[in-house]
Amino acid sequence: MTTLRPLSLMVNGETLTCFAEPRETLADLLRRGLELTGTHTGCEMGVCGACLVMLDGAPVHACLLFAVQAEGSAIETIEGLTAKTAIADLQCAFHDRNALQCGFCTPGMLVTAQALLARNPQPSRAEIRDALSGNYCRCTGYEAIVDAIETVARRRAAGEVAAAFAEEPA
Amino acid sequence: MNAPLGALDRPNSYIGRSVSRPNAKRLLAGRGRYVTDLVLPRMLHAAFLRSPYAHARISAIDLSAAQAMPGVRLIATGADLAKLCKPWTGTLDHFRGMKSPPQFPLPLDEVLWAGQAVVAVVADTRAQAEDAVEAILIDFEELPPVVDVDAALEPDSDRAAAGLDDNLCFGLKLDSGDVDAAFAAAAYVVEEEFHFGRHTAVTLEPRAILADWDASEGRLTVHHATQTPYQFQDLYSRHYGIPEASVRVVAPDVGGSFGMKLHVYHEDMAVVGLSVLAGRPVKFVADRMESFISDIHARDHRVRARIALDAAGTILAMDVDDVTAIGAFSSYPRTSAVEGNQVVRLMGAPYRFRDYRAELSAVFQNKVQTSQYRAVGHPIACAVTERLVDMAAARAGLDPVAMREKNLIPDDAYPHASPTGYRFEALSHEKCLKRLTVMMDYERLRAEQAELRASGIHRGIGIASFVEISNPSPAFYGIGGARISAQDGAIVKVTPSGEVRCLISVTEQGQGTETIIGQIVADQLGLPRERVRVITGDTEVTPHGGATWACRGAGIGGETALQAARKLRENVLSLAATVLQAKTFELDMRDGVIVDLMTGAERISLAEIARIAYFRSDTLPPGTSAQLSVAHHYAPQGYPFAFTNGIQGCHVELDTETGFVHILKHWVVEDCGRIINPLLVDEQVRGGVVQGLGAAFFEECRYDGNGQLTNGSLADYLVPMACEMPDIEIGHVETLTADTALGAKGCGEAGTAAASAAALNAVNDALSPFRASIAQIPMTPTRLLRALGKI
Repeated sequence: MTTLRPLSLMVNGETLTCFAEPRETLADLLRRGLELTGTHTGCEMGVCGACLVMLDGAPVHACLLFAVQAEGSAIETIEGLTAKTAIADLQCAFHDRNALQCGFCTPGMLVTAQALLARNPQPSRAEIRDALSGNYCRCTGYEAIVDAIETVARRRAAGEVAAAFAEEPA
Repeated sequence: MNAPLGALDRPNSYIGRSVSRPNAKRLLAGRGRYVTDLVLPRMLHAAFLRSPYAHARISAIDLSAAQAMPGVRLIATGADLAKLCKPWTGTLDHFRGMKSPPQFPLPLDEVLWAGQAVVAVVADTRAQAEDAVEAILIDFEELPPVVDVDAALEPDSDRAAAGLDDNLCFGLKLDSGDVDAAFAAAAYVVEEEFHFGRHTAVTLEPRAILADWDASEGRLTVHHATQTPYQFQDLYSRHYGIPEASVRVVAPDVGGSFGMKLHVYHEDMAVVGLSVLAGRPVKFVADRMESFISDIHARDHRVRARIALDAAGTILAMDVDDVTAIGAFSSYPRTSAVEGNQVVRLMGAPYRFRDYRAELSAVFQNKVQTSQYRAVGHPIACAVTERLVDMAAARAGLDPVAMREKNLIPDDAYPHASPTGYRFEALSHEKCLKRLTVMMDYERLRAEQAELRASGIHRGIGIASFVEISNPSPAFYGIGGARISAQDGAIVKVTPSGEVRCLISVTEQGQGTETIIGQIVADQLGLPRERVRVITGDTEVTPHGGATWACRGAGIGGETALQAARKLRENVLSLAATVLQAKTFELDMRDGVIVDLMTGAERISLAEIARIAYFRSDTLPPGTSAQLSVAHHYAPQGYPFAFTNGIQGCHVELDTETGFVHILKHWVVEDCGRIINPLLVDEQVRGGVVQGLGAAFFEECRYDGNGQLTNGSLADYLVPMACEMPDIEIGHVETLTADTALGAKGCGEAGTAAASAAALNAVNDALSPFRASIAQIPMTPTRLLRALGKI
């Protein structure tokens, strides 16, 4: 359990070789080993959605996967998605609509939203609410999040492209 | 007040404008810095062995195997930490007769609830600390747990803790007017017994603390996910005997709090001592299972209540008995009695009646402590009152709206003293009710309900008026001897480049405190908002203040910022007048430029004034005092609390075969005085409503007869999720408080205060054709089917 195992994976576009204990979760590896603290852990049993990351393009709970299981996979975290501006329009819409308060659920919400819009570019409000059913938020009451995702779906359908999120003024 | 006051109502004022939160951008980019993220050099990790029993004596502790485990640096017991840390007691002087056992970071010989931390292990990694916890051997001698509140109050009951004469923590009786005569003369009396389950905050970031004792300087730095850094600076200082000025508490980004993160937790106090013993930084983050068995729980009331009415449906009197179970200790430093106190004082608050009697019993038992959580006491008082008002309306043959029109305190009847001892400056119940019925299209909903009933679809409509406590003065805690500040402080300073920094004691947990403070400072100074930076959450940099609790950030923190900014503005204009050889009263600052007040002609920029003051004071006339930093404190004066009010409506559909309730829509009209940022206020209200709906339908800490929590995980404890929650429409009435220039009151508890009451009334409305009713929350499908007689 505590003997370190070598591990190769791609994280945010970079191929890494690192060591992990067999019992270490992917979430812990990302947070502790790689200092990617934008991936949060809220329940460590796969129900709150705070730890969602993209694994080979699909959302997974980083708390439910052992790090060694990610061998050979391509992982994208909130930091990587931000850097490549893949979710800049979602981030802008969340910001404008105040679709976050404490921000702890937000990276997971953005991952879910991105995956939803990839498979269903124009979801109804009910479909958005359904897609968010694995993402717990204690602060907002969800409506602003639904609004923000709905706005982005509409903008993407109209072909709008957002500037990089970090370049926007406050 | 003259010229600057008008600025609040300028068309281009920042006050009253929806602007987004500058500090939210880093959270969206995954660059939040929560305590859970922090790593310090040589940092160690703590884990705790927890009691498997609700009540037991510790007979023997064997640490030998654990001490030999890999990575273990330190193991500490209650006795070890008691040598460093003075015990604490959760009582307040103004709650007469209140008692509670003394508390230590870790217990000395008796454990009082299942999950109580008993032994601390500090190791190089959290996993190693947890491994070592597994190797600790403790002999527990089981004692009978006190679980049931009625049994707890029997004279010969087992005691929840050694040394207690009985299990009554606090009792309170209120009696005003002639309640017996009013009930004797009543045309109708309606009564009910209500049950409110325990629930808990479930912040998505659990409790987290990182203590760093530096013996070389005698300094303690604690990074603490809390709302109230100053309160903890004071507590760590006094309980560990470290001078206050050598204690720094930093609250960085906090992943939700809602009142839960302002209480003293045994593990948190222990971690400070562990850092002292280890001589290294020690971190503890509660995992989710630990959160459920150690974060404060909330509510847990059984209320028997009745109201007396005359033949026309006028409420004459109210009589209430509230028994609330608080766990084995009263929490510290705010106690576990404030919730019950507010329950009995907020009962019937929106209504006109004069005769009132209440009895409160706060009872010890062997469960997790209950204490203040969002909307302390409000949801209980509101649900009891509003359900009884609906029952009375049915009895008097009145529609619930007509019943409220008849009995609410009229908007022109203020100031008003409640029979429970509160004084209301100005509320707007009638306006809010009128507004709500329009927003809901109430008549149409009633017509639709009747039509749908005919086809077997059972919808319910519920409304609930409420009063909310905000802007508390020292009457809340200070007079009870607690060192919890009711005032706040701010430092506002101009940088050499003509930007402004505001360091203020109110804190941010995502509600937007920093944003509204920035709006107020920018507005009052006459600066673009982008040039104001607000800094909070660090005792080393801001003045001492109460921080964020009980809805005081906007009302008290905002007024502090307003007054500080006005002072700085005077200083800037006075200096500008010296430089320009003009008169201060002829000048104004707009958009960062000092202008001629009358013509608006630009005279000199703030940046230029700052440059001269900081780098070329030699060019100023002798004796010029350039004061471009201002420190200012504000304590609420006038009314002891700024009460707010509002009303909520809930529309549900009940499946009478399954007991499932679909929440169709929810409405809120609330009056928080001056609205600084409508976007943020609306989202505070929505979030609050959803917490109230969670309590109404899902959330309950369920215990077995041995005092064991049986659903302590996020898979078993149900929280409201997006797919179950409705869209929530919000309207506002603005009745300013005249106690401040800003006129703002709180809005953070409004949503939670009445959402469960509106839902309870809505479900009962849906049940009414079946002559069925429910008086318990959460309203689970099982309980609803039982109410319907189906199981």
